[in-house]
Amino acid sequence: MQIFDPSIFPILAADGLTNGAVYALLSLSLVLVFAVTRVIFVPLGEFVVFGTLTLAALQLGRVPGTLTLVLILLGLAALMDAAGHLRRRQAGRAALTLGGALVLGGCAWALTHWLAPLKPPLPVQVLLTLALVAPLGPLLYRTVFQPLQNATVLVLLIASVALHLVLTGVALVFFGPEGSRTPPFAEGNVTLGQVTLSTQSLLVMLVSALLMLALYLFFERTMPGKALRATAVNRLGARLVGISPSAAGTLTFTLAALIGALGGMLIGPSVAMTYDSGFLIGLKGFVGAIIGGLVSYPLAAAGALLVGLIESFASFSLSGWKEVIVFTLILPVLLWRSLATRHTPEDEE
Amino acid sequence: MKKALFLSVLALSSLAAAEIRVGVIVSATGPAASLGIPEKNTVALLPQTIAGQPVVYTVLDDASDTTAAVTNARKLIQEGKVDLIIGTTTTPASLAMIDVVAEAKVPMISLAASEGIIKPVDAKRAWVFKTPQTDALMAAAIVQHMVQNKVRTIGYIGFNDAYGEGWASELKKNAAARGLKVVAEERYGRSDTSVTGQILKLVAARPDAILIGASGVPAVLPQKALKDRGYAGKIYQTHGVANADFLRVGGRDVEGAILPAGPVLVADQLPGTNPTRKVGLAYMNLYEAKYGKDTVSTFGAHMWDAGLLMQKAVPAALKKAKPGTPAFREALRDALEGTRNVIGAHGIFNLSATDHLGLDARSRVMVQVVDGTWKLLPSR
Repeated sequence: MQIFDPSIFPILAADGLTNGAVYALLSLSLVLVFAVTRVIFVPLGEFVVFGTLTLAALQLGRVPGTLTLVLILLGLAALMDAAGHLRRRQAGRAALTLGGALVLGGCAWALTHWLAPLKPPLPVQVLLTLALVAPLGPLLYRTVFQPLQNATVLVLLIASVALHLVLTGVALVFFGPEGSRTPPFAEGNVTLGQVTLSTQSLLVMLVSALLMLALYLFFERTMPGKALRATAVNRLGARLVGISPSAAGTLTFTLAALIGALGGMLIGPSVAMTYDSGFLIGLKGFVGAIIGGLVSYPLAAAGALLVGLIESFASFSLSGWKEVIVFTLILPVLLWRSLATRHTPEDEE
Repeated sequence: MKKALFLSVLALSSLAAAEIRVGVIVSATGPAASLGIPEKNTVALLPQTIAGQPVVYTVLDDASDTTAAVTNARKLIQEGKVDLIIGTTTTPASLAMIDVVAEAKVPMISLAASEGIIKPVDAKRAWVFKTPQTDALMAAAIVQHMVQNKVRTIGYIGFNDAYGEGWASELKKNAAARGLKVVAEERYGRSDTSVTGQILKLVAARPDAILIGASGVPAVLPQKALKDRGYAGKIYQTHGVANADFLRVGGRDVEGAILPAGPVLVADQLPGTNPTRKVGLAYMNLYEAKYGKDTVSTFGAHMWDAGLLMQKAVPAALKKAKPGTPAFREALRDALEGTRNVIGAHGIFNLSATDHLGLDARSRVMVQVVDGTWKLLPSR
């Protein structure tokens, strides 16, 4: 077969692994979010889009619309917190919350408006993008999912789909209907044996691998990481030993937003990202996560790499059917999982 | 909110009796938003009175969705009592609206590309007109340019949706007629992060030229990949990329691309003898004065042309009947069908009982991306 031609196979494999690495990051955060908060996080793709488009806006020296969204959500979250304090008759703390939000929002506003027109070097823009997109995670958790903490998985899924639609609309308003591309972090090619790889795709794989290692260390070696794992294993038990589910949720969503934004900046140079591109990209990460049964991190990452590889080879041999092939993959996996695992009734808390 | 706005427009419009009510449906959100937004913006530039009669525009968004377009059309007809519908942006939705407007006997001017919207002119399509050039017209221009430049074999890569399919079939039809061969055909998705596989296969087939059947900024990706693989042949794009964002996002990667486009894209480069030059420039100046420099796109000009057809047809219809009556709508339809020599931004409209578009080869020019801007290619 033509696919196994030595001049073609390595190129396709490298391409598949590059995309697969980004999908793997997304599938890891999907598994993480589901394990800790039971939310099937459909809007993860939107964080990818916000990551790319925010960086693209900064490239043009514009103030990205992400700032407005962060400020609105910050205001909303502060109001919700303050209302909670007032209900407990703690007017002082309510004022403190609102004041803190005001100061924080003001700082964010001033910093972005100062930095954006200066067109700072790429690393600064990347950091600013992360600083703008990452807060979306905890703020969305506070305003949307925390009030639904005790709802069923189905209700959380519905909220999640709704949030996806809202964020797509918001992205259209802030970034316009046309897409953008970001500049590559590295130009040029690297030759490894017979294969020539672009430095950018090598960088994508390297950053993804490093990030996965960092996540592993975080979960194995640090206290907050262990707390997240404990919450994932048993929410009630974790609460009994003093781990706040809200704090765990906030941390999880921060990580998800951070990973999403990073993923967006990694693939930004190779795709013309439009406001509605996120869903399909997130869905491919989701296929990976399903292969891991939404519980296993290594299986999810491996599944996502597989998705990337299949996508790459399918695009060569049967490009018209590529999407069909990738998403059909989910059927045998679901069949196998439903036969292989014993059914336990969903634990109601 | 949309509903409230709609009702308030209704309330306002019921105050005056003789005004002409125009319902506009565009895809201001969803995948076709990059086309629908300039179309929506152009509505604000259309005249507020025609032949002394006030014109009331009601603009609805169909979110690039067929069902929403049909619902909106019904709403405009039943609640809005419109005399004319302009829209919508996409082909599938426009096709679905035909039944609705034909049943209610309301003339409609579609802003979508496909020929199937107006052809053949049967009992239902008698009520349907459109202003954008058909893909067939544009594909013929591309193939003609290929023949003139001694291209014998063509590779094709397009979207895996209606847009890409439509162009694939038009290309094959035209290529077969002129004795050219399509040697490779590939598909990709709008939000794909890589087209390496498809490009490898395309390049391996060694075509003299490659057509990219995609619209908007996602059309940049295949051309960049072709350059990265060192493809040296000619690269053609469709008129779906003819806006400033394609150049902004594409940068150096889209240099040299050849595409057909409505003359409005290069209105300032057209010779002074070209009648569309003046109309195109006037529209561009009007649009950019309101929305800022470099914001104009060729898609909004389709709405402008629909407005021109309307301005020509309404006075004739007013002589026969009063707005808001079935007789007026019938007269408006007849007047639209009788349009002769209306000079639009995209070409010169000469409609007839068998042709509800009425554009000819003067409605397209070949342009090339040179130094990050559109350059008019001499026509032969």
